[in-house]
Amino acid sequence: MTVVRQEGDRERTIRARNRALVAVLVALVALFYAITIVRMGG
Amino acid sequence: MSDLSEVRSAGVIPASAAGVRDYVEILKPRVMSLVVFTGLVGLVVAPGHLHPLLAAVAVLCIAIGAGAAGAINMWYDRDIDALMRRTAGRPLPAGRMMPGEALGFGTVLGVASVLMMGLAVNYVAAALLAITIGFYVFVYTIWLKRRTPQNIVIGGAAGAFPPMIGWAAVTGDVGLPAIILFAIIFFWTPPHFWALSLYRAGEYAAAGVPMLPVVAGRRETKQQMLLYTLVLWPVALAPWLLGIAGALYAAGAALLSVAFTGSAILVWLDTTDRSARRMFAFSLLYLFLIFSLLLVDHTCGAGV
Repeated sequence: MTVVRQEGDRERTIRARNRALVAVLVALVALFYAITIVRMGG
Repeated sequence: MSDLSEVRSAGVIPASAAGVRDYVEILKPRVMSLVVFTGLVGLVVAPGHLHPLLAAVAVLCIAIGAGAAGAINMWYDRDIDALMRRTAGRPLPAGRMMPGEALGFGTVLGVASVLMMGLAVNYVAAALLAITIGFYVFVYTIWLKRRTPQNIVIGGAAGAFPPMIGWAAVTGDVGLPAIILFAIIFFWTPPHFWALSLYRAGEYAAAGVPMLPVVAGRRETKQQMLLYTLVLWPVALAPWLLGIAGALYAAGAALLSVAFTGSAILVWLDTTDRSARRMFAFSLLYLFLIFSLLLVDHTCGAGV
């Protein structure tokens, strides 16, 4: 039971990590787009 | 059970238990907050104009660069961190993160922050950021920290660069005011860290880190702390003496410098660790207030 619970916790941790990574990547795409617009405008 | 779980259970892939919180922790967010603030002040008081988005990117790059240096520092120091109570709970010594993860994370963030600063802001700020990260990792962490009691005196330069980077982000160069902002943090760092090392001397000794109280004793450390707070007087007042800041800043900086020296005298007289703990806390407040004064003074129109 403990092993299964540990495995479940690990899966949840990895899932949360992946979601955070996706959020960071999306934010970076938006940021680079905005930087490009500002630099081109300047 | 999924295929991946079976492979992990068999011990083929040493899956990490590091969560998002651990990744944030190895960026040393508390250190980062002061770095970001001083960098922001350098950026605001610098003459010239920078688009608000690019200014935000510059601050973000400073934050990420500082975090990257912190992560690589934690990777390198994981052996001695495990020996000290203050650091034993960090993700690496606690076994929640694998060393390679921390090194990879720190390296990727460091390179990314420098590239982004160069592409979005300017190459001078990017070069200074690269020097800061390199100085903290190679000069302080790898070279000095375990070899000399002057580790935080020289290594402290790494923490002093952020306002200079902020300044360079706006102006594209490094002027005298930026060097003064650098000097304030540079001369503030030794009494700040030695206050901490006074009441953590036992842990540093156990870990083999030659902090000044461990090598030269408490009396010598207290004397050095007092001397550095005195040296800090003209340095802290330099922005006013050189016409970079106005009377409001001068009055505040003088009062804060008196209080900082006063706290060093209390440490000198105290045979317990109480005053050292108080001085460590006050040193953080001191730097925050000095840079806040510069900000207020500049906003009121008395600055550069």
